[in-house]
Amino acid sequence: MSLDPRAGEQTRTIYEKSVAGRRAFTAPECDVPEIAVEDLLPDWARRTEPAALPEVSEPEIVRHFNGLSKRNFDLDTGFYPLGSCTMKHNPKLHERVAALPGHARLHPLQDPEYAQGALELMFNLQSALGEIAGLPHVSLQPSAGSHGELAGLLVTRAYHEDRGERRTKVLTPDTAHGTNPATVTMAGYEVVKVGTAPDGGVDVDDLRAKATDEVACLMLTNPNTLGLFDSNIEEIAAIVHGVGATLYYDGANLNAVMGISRPGDMGFDIVHFNLHKSFTQPHGGGGPGAGPIAVSDRIEPFLPRPQVVRAASDNGHGPRFDLDFDRPQSIGKLRGFQGNFGVFVRSYAYIRSLGAEGLREASETAVLNANYLRALLAAPEIAEHLPVAFDRTCMHEFVLSGSGAKEQLGIRTLDIAKRMLDHGVHPPTVYFPLLVDEALMIEPTETETKETLDEFAQIVADILAEAAEDPEIARNAPYTTPVRRLDEAGAAKNPVVRQPAATDS
Amino acid sequence: MSRYTSATDADRRAMLATIGAGSVDELFAEIPASVRLDRPLDLPAGMAEQDVAGHLAELAARNVDCDAETSFLGAGMYDHYVPALIDSILQRSEFLTPYTPYQPEISQGGLQVMFEYQTAISELTGLAVSNASVYEGPSAVAAAAYLAKLETRRTGLVVSRGVHPHSRETLATHAVGYGMTVSEAGLDAVGATDVDALAGLVGDDTAAVFVQQPNFLGTVEELGAIGEAAKRTGALFVVAADPIPLGILEPPGALGADICVGEGQTLGNRLDFGGPSFGFFAAAERFIRKLPGRIAGETRDVDGRRGFVLTLQTREQHIRREKATHNICTAQALNALAGTIYLSWLGRRGLVELGELLLRRTHYARETLGLEAINPGPVVREFAVRVPDLDAAVQRARAAGINPGYRLGRDYPELGDGLLVALTERRTRADIDRLAAVLGGVREEAPA
Repeated sequence: MSLDPRAGEQTRTIYEKSVAGRRAFTAPECDVPEIAVEDLLPDWARRTEPAALPEVSEPEIVRHFNGLSKRNFDLDTGFYPLGSCTMKHNPKLHERVAALPGHARLHPLQDPEYAQGALELMFNLQSALGEIAGLPHVSLQPSAGSHGELAGLLVTRAYHEDRGERRTKVLTPDTAHGTNPATVTMAGYEVVKVGTAPDGGVDVDDLRAKATDEVACLMLTNPNTLGLFDSNIEEIAAIVHGVGATLYYDGANLNAVMGISRPGDMGFDIVHFNLHKSFTQPHGGGGPGAGPIAVSDRIEPFLPRPQVVRAASDNGHGPRFDLDFDRPQSIGKLRGFQGNFGVFVRSYAYIRSLGAEGLREASETAVLNANYLRALLAAPEIAEHLPVAFDRTCMHEFVLSGSGAKEQLGIRTLDIAKRMLDHGVHPPTVYFPLLVDEALMIEPTETETKETLDEFAQIVADILAEAAEDPEIARNAPYTTPVRRLDEAGAAKNPVVRQPAATDS
Repeated sequence: MSRYTSATDADRRAMLATIGAGSVDELFAEIPASVRLDRPLDLPAGMAEQDVAGHLAELAARNVDCDAETSFLGAGMYDHYVPALIDSILQRSEFLTPYTPYQPEISQGGLQVMFEYQTAISELTGLAVSNASVYEGPSAVAAAAYLAKLETRRTGLVVSRGVHPHSRETLATHAVGYGMTVSEAGLDAVGATDVDALAGLVGDDTAAVFVQQPNFLGTVEELGAIGEAAKRTGALFVVAADPIPLGILEPPGALGADICVGEGQTLGNRLDFGGPSFGFFAAAERFIRKLPGRIAGETRDVDGRRGFVLTLQTREQHIRREKATHNICTAQALNALAGTIYLSWLGRRGLVELGELLLRRTHYARETLGLEAINPGPVVREFAVRVPDLDAAVQRARAAGINPGYRLGRDYPELGDGLLVALTERRTRADIDRLAAVLGGVREEAPA
């Protein structure tokens, strides 16, 4: 047994801890006749060998997963400036209210008459999101941002087909999130890239050249993935609408503009929200999220079904809420049931906690924090190695280029990121957007204190100063994490994606 | 300052001075005045935490949840008991609050959970590889169709009417984008997929054939025979499965399925009025580089220590962009963790015991109700019956505090008097007897 505290015990899987005969589950007593399974299921249907699940006791399960949890870094533990991911505080109240039995134990097919509280919550959330987007009609159904994008392109297709038009192309900026082009293909369109102008915005001349009547949609993020607000947005909208296409807003960056500027007022036709970004749903290590969409009047008939609707009372009591399936032009369902309701509860609680003023202040503070950190990182000893990619006032995030550090110090962005792990902070998003060499994309969010931002800037300065002395330290980082750099190429070459089948029984 | 920010007025002044801006408003100067909102958002004012808690509790109290009635509702999500240790572990911030594990050195916990999850799903489905989760059940069916499109370059999809109506509708919605067409094969007189009808729809341009196990009515489908018909022309055979009955049913992978997907809610997840839960996606080994979404793989670090990473990422949208195998990014990691804990809790024997209990209770309920069975053959966890004067029967049940099940008429117009009754380990013999009494069936005495 190794004495290294990072080796041994912690890396055994639950299957490797399995001992035949151990168990945690006690089945409820069988209170109905114990008819032999062979008499109820024909031979061809019966499983002969049980699934090789682990055999472990409850205390062992608890220790196993608690042990694993300690090998994760998380937002409640430290600074997480992961660009484009909006790692803002996840209020604890939300977990409590989401767990109320009236929410958590409500069956999705409960008759609407017996689910009025849930439907009212969804209706209120739809209304609030519509107001924030400046687009009145909301479908809560999509499960995440990428699902919302797909919904957006499918309603675009339905809109054009309804007009007897067949369009084949969708424009995306070369700074777009990877989900945008992937969605375009899944929705049956061809991706056409639009260039970026020297100021970081859409290259309007390039857009004009590519905007033809074959184009169905332009997918845009504003502020964009460089953290810059595109002040040509009205001209862009006019060009897109001029050829009959729709303008789609990727809401990944909505946290910059809540209550300040609305996508609908900018000319967008369709918006998706990432409730797990701007609206505090915890990320869960990779989900769950939710990706509602808001649309304009002309797109409304094509929204997924069912829609939550409010009807006037028929008995003198309050309004009555219902699910409307009778939507003949709808694109149909995108998933089962009504969407990720547990996420809606949390986001609704957030919106009711903050109100109009609080949401605006959240965005203002997010932008203040980002610009403050940008200013701190513009200190000459940092900026000479990590210059900001576009030297403008940013919105909620900004992008540095590590090209200087690579040339002058011999360390890459990856090395800087890995060295940050030893300092107890999560690194920014790295190597995105693609058009910035050795990119570091930093989004501090509104929930961080000035002191945290000061400390982060100091960490960056320390890492660069250390590398000037000895670049090997960063090149071999991290040192203090549960494991060090992992062989990702080897993992992909010979994929081991499950525990080998156990030999004992 | 708002509830969850920390900047004081003094902080703001100091920060603005460092930035070199006169005001916060100045930071927004690049937003043209014409697209600035010149009024506050029209939203209710913010509230204190206790008032928000009170408001949410009031809304929750206006729902009739599964604690407030005896519910036989199923049809895709089921009222299983969720053990307390799941709540406890899922509330650990180290699982609740990180992002997708882009930095594996500080995400070993989450990555190892994915690896253990993938193993469990492979075991349940009898297929070699699983991804780390997709959104939920019906969209997992649609994801399987996309894989079939990439793999076969064909355009036809054949789906049994025994597949959940939400899955069929979701498939049809997505198929428009994929440039594929969906045809539906009907059910036979005993509520199972009509294999001959299905075989007749499978042609040279069929990319995939979809059935559900057990099917929407609870019928145990004869997967072997369907798979044979499906694969005759080289189409992929996709089975949507409920994972709990897979404890006692022959795994789809052993019966010829190329892909097995499904809704994971039953594995330790709340009902949550329909989500979040997770979808699972498993496939035969040869599809490993065409799977959607995240996959965790085992590897070593520079010191030779065992570790886990997100692997085969060249399939994914952030690398492959328009050529990705799917657009999914955020999936359902926390819900898949619940599933992993749940399957560890049940364990090798518990999953079988639970499946057998469901099998027996389903049989008992069908016999005890004594109503005309729509699917009189083998059923697990759910079955469909015709109820004379269904409206009145449902009203009687509700008056007695019983939700008798799901009415089939909306999805199967020919079954206007059909009721789909679901069992879990929470619905006891006494509950079943009460349901039988209120539905007016004749209760058969069980042999002593």
